[in-house]
Formats: sequence, C-alpha cells, structure tokens
Amino acid sequence: MDRLDRTRELLMRALDDELRPEEQRELDLLLADDPTLRAERERLGRLKEVTGEMKLRNPPEQLWDDYWNSAYSRMERGIGWILVSFGVIVVGGWATWQFVTELIADTELPPLIKAGILAGSLGLVILTVSVLRQRLFVRKTDPYKDIVR
Amino acid sequence: MQRPESVLMAGARDGDVAAFGELVRRHMRRAYFAALGLTGSHEDALDLSQEAFTRALRASRTLDPGRPFYPWLYGILRRLCLNHLRDGRARSEKLEVAGSWLVDDVRERAAAAGPERSVEREELRRRLAAAIAELSPVQREALVLREFEGLRYAEIAALLEIPEGTVMSRLYAARRALAAALGDEL
Repeated sequence: MDRLDRTRELLMRALDDELRPEEQRELDLLLADDPTLRAERERLGRLKEVTGEMKLRNPPEQLWDDYWNSAYSRMERGIGWILVSFGVIVVGGWATWQFVTELIADTELPPLIKAGILAGSLGLVILTVSVLRQRLFVRKTDPYKDIVR
Repeated sequence: MQRPESVLMAGARDGDVAAFGELVRRHMRRAYFAALGLTGSHEDALDLSQEAFTRALRASRTLDPGRPFYPWLYGILRRLCLNHLRDGRARSEKLEVAGSWLVDDVRERAAAAGPERSVEREELRRRLAAAIAELSPVQREALVLREFEGLRYAEIAALLEIPEGTVMSRLYAARRALAAALGDEL
C-alpha cells in the first residue's frame, strides 16, 4: 500500500472511530507535518458531523403491516404470469400450426391468395411484436410515465 | 418466544412459507432502508426490497441455515438496486421531491433558533441529498452502510465481500465528493 492510500485509510478510521492507538500516533505524526492534510481532516470532520445529523425517512407505519402480504402476492402474480405465458405460447403455437397446415392443404384457394394470407398474417405478428416491444421499452425509460395529467 | 433464525431458515428451505414470512418480518425494515439509501426513492425501495424477498423465496432451497440470512438477502437486494440504478430507472431522478428520502435530525432544533437557521438547514439537507445521489452506486452504498446503518468497516467488508481497504477507499472518495459538492456549507 502506498503512503497516500495509507493516509486516506487513517483519515477514514479516525473519522469513524476505528483507529487503533498505534494508528492514532501514526496519524498524529502525519498531521503534524502536513497542513493540507490537517485542513482536509477538519473539512471531512465537519462533513461527518453533517451526515451524522441526517437519517433516512421512515415510511408510514402501515407499510410494515402489509409488507409480507404484498411481497407474497407479488410472488403469486409472478407464478400466474409464467403459467399464462406458457399457456399462450403452447395454444398460440398450436393454433398457428393448424392455421398454416389447413391453409396449405386447402385446394380451393389459389396459391397467390394463400401467399397473401400468410404474408398478411406474418406481417400482423411482426407489427404486434414490434409495437409491444416499443411500448415496453418506453414504459421502462419514459421519465414522464408516472405523471398524472 | 422467538424461534432462532437458523430454525426459520431450515423451515423456509424445506418449503415452510410461514417460516419465510417470519424471516421477512424480521428483516423487512433493514432491507427497505438499505434500498432507500441506494435508490433515494420510497417507491423504488419498497418495490426492490419486496422483489428481493420474492426472489429469495424462489431460491430458498439454496439457503444455508448455518449462515446468517441477511447477508444472503442483501446480495440479492444489492444486485437488484445496482441494476436498477445502472438502467437509469431510478424514480429519484424523475419524480421524487429532491432529497425527500433524507431527514434532518436537528432541523427542528434549528427551527427554534429562528426561521433563517431553519432555511439554512433545509438547504444543507437538500444539497447533501443531491450530492449523495450524484455518487457512484458503490460509493453511495459504502456511505449508506456506514452513515445510516452504522455498520463498522469489518461488517461492511463482510456484507459486500470486499477487503476493508476497499471499504475505506470508497468512503474516502464518497466523502471527498460530498465535501466538494457542499463547498461553503461546511
């Protein structure tokens, strides 16, 4: 460890009451030789006083009564979403497969119309996914999303 | 009589949701305040701390009753909070009244000394909260654990799984930045 790092460590330990007696002597020697360090020690000491006078704001007491229930509901909802997503993927995949195979097997429709229906359906899927992804992205990053007009 | 934490952890590991609920009740305040210190937003702190508990419940089969619960939970919580800050989703930057997560303990006493002193203290609190918000997440974390949770260096080092020297260097950098930001206020 170089001298600068050691000095900073001693400064921090002094501010936070974690100096051992031999370290106190080491710091005293450094402070005696260095007015800049003394000024820094004083300034950081004042900062320590200020931060010591602040605390984190307590939330309403009722929050603690509902905390566990709320966390548990969140977990239940997570499981619910996983199941719903799984169901939609399985049923949606099956329905798509049925639609495509029946369309291809249909002998009455001209090939051009079949191609048009497939292209239109595929386009709709791409547009839906694109819009959903865009909305999800905006929801995550929009700084004004929580503002109620 | 309170059941020992190791018993609750063993129960939670074996699927006892009530035992996990008891662990939540014991640690919810500490988890909430840790998240509040990191994000500077009540809503984010509530959201992220509850999310940490739900992820902990999902991973409860990996719980080791021989070790304390909170450091394990804190590992999950800090990852959530740091990701949240990195993604720039912190509401503190957007909506929350600047610095309202921080309370001045002596402002009421200052108010007794006159309105001018009270205004000065409020300005100091506001500037300090803004300066803390500007710190890097790891500096902010070290500062919060030391100043608001009152942990000793060895405890912070154990919680974050880093050397004590790194704790001190992060604290030093954080305090230098705060002192510079507060300027003449100090």
